[in-house]
Amino acid sequence: MSLLEIENLSLTIGATPILKDVDLAIAPGEVVGLVGESGSGKSMTALTIMQLLPHLARTEGRVAFDGIDILGATEDQMCALRGDDIGMVFQEPMTALNPVKTIGEQVAEGIRWHTKAGRAEAEERTRKILDRVGLPEAKFPLSRYPHELSGGQRQRVVIAIACALKPKLLIADEPTTALDVVLQAQILDLLRDLVRENRMALLLISHDLAVVTEMADRLTILRRGEVTEAGETARTLSEQQHPYTRELALASMHVPARPKPHLAGSAKPLLDVEGVGRVYPGRRISLLRPTEPIRAVDDVSLTIEPAQSVALVGRSGCGKSTLARMILALDKPTAGTIRFRGEPITGKPEQALRPARRDMQVVFQDPYGSFDPRQKVEKLVAEPLHLLEKQPAKAERREMVANALHEVGLGPRDMDKYPHEFSGGQRQRLSIARAIITRPKLVVADEPVSALDVSIRAQILDLFAELNQKLGIAYLFITHDLTVARAMADEVLVMHEGKIVERGRAADVLDHPRSEAAQALVAAAPDLHRAIARKIQEQG
Amino acid sequence: MTAYLLKRLIIAALTLVLASMVVFAVMEILPGDPARLMLGLNASADQVEMLRNQMGLNAPLVLRYLHWAGGLLSLDFGRSYTYSVPVIDLVRERIAVSLPLALIALALSTIIAIPVGVFSASRQGRAGDTLAMGAAQLGVAVPNFWFALMLIYLFAVWLHLVPAGGFPGWGAGIWTALKSLILPAVALALPQAAILGRVARSALIEVLNEDYIRTARAKGLPYRAVLWRHALRNAMIPVLTILGLQFAFLLAGTIIIENVFYLPGLGRLIFQAITQRDLIVVESIVMLLVAAVILINLLVDFSYAIVDPRLRGRQ
Repeated sequence: MSLLEIENLSLTIGATPILKDVDLAIAPGEVVGLVGESGSGKSMTALTIMQLLPHLARTEGRVAFDGIDILGATEDQMCALRGDDIGMVFQEPMTALNPVKTIGEQVAEGIRWHTKAGRAEAEERTRKILDRVGLPEAKFPLSRYPHELSGGQRQRVVIAIACALKPKLLIADEPTTALDVVLQAQILDLLRDLVRENRMALLLISHDLAVVTEMADRLTILRRGEVTEAGETARTLSEQQHPYTRELALASMHVPARPKPHLAGSAKPLLDVEGVGRVYPGRRISLLRPTEPIRAVDDVSLTIEPAQSVALVGRSGCGKSTLARMILALDKPTAGTIRFRGEPITGKPEQALRPARRDMQVVFQDPYGSFDPRQKVEKLVAEPLHLLEKQPAKAERREMVANALHEVGLGPRDMDKYPHEFSGGQRQRLSIARAIITRPKLVVADEPVSALDVSIRAQILDLFAELNQKLGIAYLFITHDLTVARAMADEVLVMHEGKIVERGRAADVLDHPRSEAAQALVAAAPDLHRAIARKIQEQG
Repeated sequence: MTAYLLKRLIIAALTLVLASMVVFAVMEILPGDPARLMLGLNASADQVEMLRNQMGLNAPLVLRYLHWAGGLLSLDFGRSYTYSVPVIDLVRERIAVSLPLALIALALSTIIAIPVGVFSASRQGRAGDTLAMGAAQLGVAVPNFWFALMLIYLFAVWLHLVPAGGFPGWGAGIWTALKSLILPAVALALPQAAILGRVARSALIEVLNEDYIRTARAKGLPYRAVLWRHALRNAMIPVLTILGLQFAFLLAGTIIIENVFYLPGLGRLIFQAITQRDLIVVESIVMLLVAAVILINLLVDFSYAIVDPRLRGRQ
């Protein structure tokens, strides 16, 4: 007997069809993974179950939860279900909590609302559930505000809110996508335990096939609002009957071909970072006591040779982005020197940095946020050209933009479009085009594929590899995603609490990590091969 | 928290000092010699010079500023050139009218604006919202003196509910006095309420799209509870900012409104003082108004810290 049954669910918002004939069922105690790329309708399926769809949404079909017809339920009935029998956890823990209310208030609120419990009793239960999700009162009093917690801790609070009343069904929509791999593993463990303890059903929504494979008993794969394949996790992924399933699995494990491997020690270093540190003044607690300085980056040395690809991996907050900013001369180190092509770039005036800036470009994580929405692609991609000694004429400039667009697989006609006319993957291509237009020697890429779907991610990784082979561009990849490091890097550096704790050839570090920090990263990183093998053992 | 409040307090004090310098400097630059004005057109140059010496107008600039500013601190504003009485006496009477008027208007505008904002935001794009925002648009556009005249016509001339103007004084009983302040307060409050209501609406709409609103809904709270418990407090931050900024306009509005309703308030006093070149009275009232605006904005800063816990830890 299923707890949740979705049959022939179709959803349109305005005139746009979102879901078509979706079927899905979950039994008590079962974990079902809902997998698909962005825009496939995963989140909308979840919001349909919660009846929290946007205005103008129209649903058809049948959704039954515990014998209740959800699509026909009144708002009062839904309010009674939400937060009591159905809990939900969202993707973005940084913004999922009300910034002006304490975590205690926010957890207790649902308890009081549903059980009509008094303040004291609700607080007692709040204490218990927060303790259960790993936030014991001794360290995390109920009076804490969300901004005083880290991303992983906030996600625990959100899980506490969702699970406070032991729901029969928990819907988790990309619950770990915004977290680093170590936190991800912790949160997934917590969810797994909660499922086991309370025979709770879990609908786990994710674009990450490896995560879902580790967690789910059964899989449903969505594409453009339709279910392409559904079944037991092990069988679905080992047989891969539907071509789309195979496509997803292949894309998740994609390693781009780089026929000309880089030979270490073959040339003078392009970038030489020597004993670099960055200290921030700490937060003042009292007017009288001096502040404890924060060492974001502490005595880091590294070199990158021409055409070499280096990955800097580490957990969020380990200092890797601060280091990248200093290499790009966007931030000044408080110790050490950074040399680019033998020239120190630290402490130089902006004018003197121009040649270095021209040969050192950057690709950011967010393909949505890194473009001015009111400018055309021609202008956006041509932006770094002001760094050239001789400013190109208009026709020449268009020619250069067209070339750069061609190199990233876009056409010259795209020049006259605005950023919003492109998909996420295309926008990341645009930011790569912008980065390579000055023919740089080094590109720093800060989580360049984290925001992308797996199939697009594979294409972008291919593009990076191709540009490395064709143009001899060296890379510094900043990432917490070890599969990117494995796919793209010749050398891997592991950063932990501001220090480089391990370095070596990519395969060596990732297969046989020696430092504790590297071991933790490797152990926590979801791996599709491993996950499938384990599932096959479990499910026979 | 204390560090934040202390810093705000220091900034407010510095602003006040700076403002006093500007006010003093502007009054120095303005044409019109108070001594000549007091003595009339037929006075000889010697007589004027003598009076200037007597009034301390010939002392060095810095000295005169310090003397004036020091006087302000001890509530000694000097003597009015036209009435020959201490300015403080003139002002004290008038504040008893203007301060309650401004406070009632401020309270009234908030009491009207926030429910209107909530109403509109929760019915975004529907008929009720369109109607409320249309009315707000009208409220912003209509000059308050015209609105005041309409109020007088309706409530005083036609319905005889309140007096059309004048102020009986607080000695006549609180209710009687308040009755003559109601219409002016409404006339002052309405344009403010219209602006605040629009700000409250847009702030709420923005907040209602935040992720934490969805979290609150997923908890099972009905829409109304989410709106009042979660959204409103977050939306208060921009509303408070505008409230503080608009207070200066509200004070400026009292000058017009007090003239329309014939109220013996600061607004009318400053109006008269300007026409009579009674510079010392003008200076004093301007400083009072500046202090009031700075004080209100200081209170706004303090209330930020109450509304938003993230500010408390910051410097």
